[in-house]
Amino acid sequence: MEGNPHSVLEGMIIAGKAVGASVGYIYVRTEYPLAVSNLKLAVKAAEEAGFLGKKIFGSDFDFEMRIMEGAGAFVCGEETALMASIEGKRGMPMPKPPFPAERGLFGKPTVINNVETFATVPVAMLMGVDVYAAKGTEKSSGTKTFALTGHVAHTGLIEVPFSTTLREIIVDIGGGVIDDDGVNRGADFKAVQIGGPSGGCLTQEHLDMSLDYDNLLKVGAMIGSGGLVVMNQQTCMIKIARFFMQFTQNESCGKCVVCREGTRQMLELLDDIIEGRATAETIELLEELAHVVKIGSLCGLGKTAPNPVLSTLKYFREEYDAHVFDKTCPTGQCEALSRYVIVPELCKSCSLCARACPVDAISGSKGVPYVIDQEICIRCGVCMDTCKFNAIVK
Amino acid sequence: MKKAYITVDGIHVPIEGEKNLLEVIRKANIELPTFCYHSEISVYGACRMCMVDIEGRGLQPSCSTSAADGMVVKTNTKEIRNLRKMIVELMLAHHDQNCTTCPKSGECRLQEIAQQLGVSKVRFKQIHDFAPLDDSSDAIVRDPSKCVLCGDCVRVCNEIQSVGVLDFAQRGFSSTVVASFDKPFGTVECVNCGQCIKVCPVGALSPKSQIDGVWEAIHDPKKKVVVQIAPAVRVSLGEYFGYKPGAATSGQIITALRMLGFDQIYDTAFAADLTVLQEGDEFLERYLKGQNLPQFTSCCPAWVKFAEQYYPDMLPNLSTCKSPQQMFGSLCKDQLTKILDIEREDLVVVSIMPCTAKKYEAKRPEFFEGDNPDVDFVLTTKELSLMIKEQGIEFEKLEPGSYDMPFGFKTGAGVIFGNSGGVSEAVLRYAAAKLNHGKMLDVRELRGPESTRVAEISIGDVSLRLGIVSGLANARRLIDKVRSGEENFDLIEVMACCGGCINGGGQPTSSDQEHLSKRAKGLQDQDKMLQFHSSQENPYLQELMREDLTEEKAHELLHTFYQNRKRITLDDIMIRRPEQEAELSIKICLGTSCFLRGAQTLYSQLTDYITQNGLDEVTEISASFCNELCQKGPVVTINGKILEHCTFERAVQELKKVKSFAH
Repeated sequence: MEGNPHSVLEGMIIAGKAVGASVGYIYVRTEYPLAVSNLKLAVKAAEEAGFLGKKIFGSDFDFEMRIMEGAGAFVCGEETALMASIEGKRGMPMPKPPFPAERGLFGKPTVINNVETFATVPVAMLMGVDVYAAKGTEKSSGTKTFALTGHVAHTGLIEVPFSTTLREIIVDIGGGVIDDDGVNRGADFKAVQIGGPSGGCLTQEHLDMSLDYDNLLKVGAMIGSGGLVVMNQQTCMIKIARFFMQFTQNESCGKCVVCREGTRQMLELLDDIIEGRATAETIELLEELAHVVKIGSLCGLGKTAPNPVLSTLKYFREEYDAHVFDKTCPTGQCEALSRYVIVPELCKSCSLCARACPVDAISGSKGVPYVIDQEICIRCGVCMDTCKFNAIVK
Repeated sequence: MKKAYITVDGIHVPIEGEKNLLEVIRKANIELPTFCYHSEISVYGACRMCMVDIEGRGLQPSCSTSAADGMVVKTNTKEIRNLRKMIVELMLAHHDQNCTTCPKSGECRLQEIAQQLGVSKVRFKQIHDFAPLDDSSDAIVRDPSKCVLCGDCVRVCNEIQSVGVLDFAQRGFSSTVVASFDKPFGTVECVNCGQCIKVCPVGALSPKSQIDGVWEAIHDPKKKVVVQIAPAVRVSLGEYFGYKPGAATSGQIITALRMLGFDQIYDTAFAADLTVLQEGDEFLERYLKGQNLPQFTSCCPAWVKFAEQYYPDMLPNLSTCKSPQQMFGSLCKDQLTKILDIEREDLVVVSIMPCTAKKYEAKRPEFFEGDNPDVDFVLTTKELSLMIKEQGIEFEKLEPGSYDMPFGFKTGAGVIFGNSGGVSEAVLRYAAAKLNHGKMLDVRELRGPESTRVAEISIGDVSLRLGIVSGLANARRLIDKVRSGEENFDLIEVMACCGGCINGGGQPTSSDQEHLSKRAKGLQDQDKMLQFHSSQENPYLQELMREDLTEEKAHELLHTFYQNRKRITLDDIMIRRPEQEAELSIKICLGTSCFLRGAQTLYSQLTDYITQNGLDEVTEISASFCNELCQKGPVVTINGKILEHCTFERAVQELKKVKSFAH
């Protein structure tokens, strides 16, 4: 939409011709001003060139393009919510049936597709459908655009044929996994979150799997939006699950009970885990709730919202167990579970840390190594920053 | 054609045109739990409680799924049971669980379903972040801490009543139901009909209780407390004490009221008889003069407010008669004070109504004399049942009592006021006599369960066309036809609640058609059993008219006036005001009607024009807002000159006239 808006327009005009539609709507978030202005320019140019409007290319085919700016709600990507928003109503999904193809925008039959799909139409037609479909696999033919990001050397938008493996994407295209400090030291890949905030994660064992719809479904993930967030070994998977959960619960429209209440309660349970309050029941309840939100939600947002939790539970159970039962975070990312300890051999009893501690958790005296009272410690890390002898470790 | 069947938990059930799977499943005698399904409003699909397992399709909500031949449905798998229980747990975790003090306790769907499903513990964190209780309305209390966000109130207000004063705001976990612009409920366009209360599965919406005030008055030895009972109450109050819908319990109600301590027990139907005479005369006069027709009835206060808000042009067509409740009130305060020789302040008039809008009506300023209202307290059917229970009265064991005279005497015509069509029928009976056409007892054409009915009635050589409509969305449709000239009537009876007062917002919550029909029949049976059937035959009324009510007095006591509530009377919205005194003043109406005619675009063009011509420093721009459909938009006022159907060119022309400036 920003770089080549005409590809989307062309795809929509072709689709309009194919189904006999005379009006097309592009729903674009108003927070993407570049996309909005470029689309508007493109529509104007297309109208002037006679690609849009009355009697296109002298034929009987009329096609008008309208650009509708959305106020920015994730759920308005759900087709029925999107159409409600265009109609000026609250962006809430409606039960299906009726499907948009039967009764869609303003009650009329509607073809609704993603930008990527429409943009691919002219390419596929130019190439010849057979040539295009020969790429990828039998059931997932053609190419897919991914937004590669996270702990990789090269981030950005990439287009690859379906069937490309994760390893090819991360190593060949992404230039390998990097550390938190941005350096590629090789072999510390941990996982990749695929399919956006409601996708799932893939791990070491999936590195050589061909990426296509069927394979991903089998392992509990999805192509979704085409997001690929690469994570290195220093990443806490529970915090990642919490991060995505926070997003989906913020973006839930609030219509159906399981999504509205369920995502919030999942977030609470994840917080309990991250902050050291969890018990065996917490993790049991989280699993049960994740299942209920998945099967019970009205629309795709809710049905897929538990994916980050379910897939991290599946592939990183031991990490959950460590948080819940051992009250430790293996990657040291969860502050509440980390313990600051003074190494007696290195402590010079200078008292700097004790004076810096905001809750007076550190005590000691001259000549004797200082100690941190773990009951009082709030894990703020000030002591570690203050120590001049690196005597405090996490 | 072969009949289509589905299998529900092993039972074969035919599909017979039901709207959805849920309705078919009910025929297998399985009542699926739901919070958001009501057959009379649109399917919402949000509570997820009615999900069932369909072979080959997995879990689906039965409310939004069509039944198809051969479908095999399971309603009670392990997965479904877990799902339902967890949904209830999730709801309870975000719900004020102080059930004992909740007005809905005992009738609450959440309570009932939680019990039914055996939810014994809530494993989730309690999160209480609710907006405060809103008791700004005279009729309805909103308690967000009880709301389960099922949207039933939103849809009933919008779809059945076409008022649409409630909607969702915020999203996700912060979602709430709010009144328009999140303003206090008492200040918005709510017509107080209480249909939202009837569909609310929990205690988020409830009638505003006046029980305490009534006890206070009863216990005050200085006060004489008289009570009037509306027709619809007598065929529904029994439902709170184990009687079937429609069972008339007038006798027990009277005894109970005496035991509660009311001094005189009267019948609103007496005032209804009086309404018939007043409204009948008014109608015949208008009919003969051919003025202000169709005449609209005015006994439903929710309808009156609706008309004031949305059809101010029709207000001259409304009957000027007060409603029976208010006629009763003003009559009591005038007559009884003399008979009993007491001060107005010491006479307390209480009414028992099937209605929440009556609470609002009693508080309308025109029904006050100084600080003293004609009707002091309005109790709903439910509130009376609570008072009876509070005193420990075993209602079902009571010996029937009888009304006090004179205001306890009524004819059958006054009693059928509680049914949709009843007012029309009562007026016709009177009109028939007045036109010397003898007795007209049953006008069956006026009865029936349909929400909009048209009847053509001949009385001698007079032929009348009557419209009977209940439910305000239905009323809106009918009036729009009258306005456009598509339909023509002599008399239109409007009741805000579908079926009339028997389905009022203060009634027991069941509103299924079978219950309503029984209540309607209950009132018709009462009519049959009474001695007289036409209001003019009421001997006490005859005496009153003869002795006390001169025409002038009747007008003063029994008639009222209406006000246009359409225009928003707030100050204009100042958009831009220059520091120095403005030489140019532009005011543009951005109300709906003008907006639809391009006021917004015109506004942008004009502001751009002002800036481009360097006039920002000398121009003041303001916007007005109204929702009158004046058909004159866009309306722009430039230095006091009003330009209707204004275009950009015309506005510029005017601007140039006012001030010369370089283009």
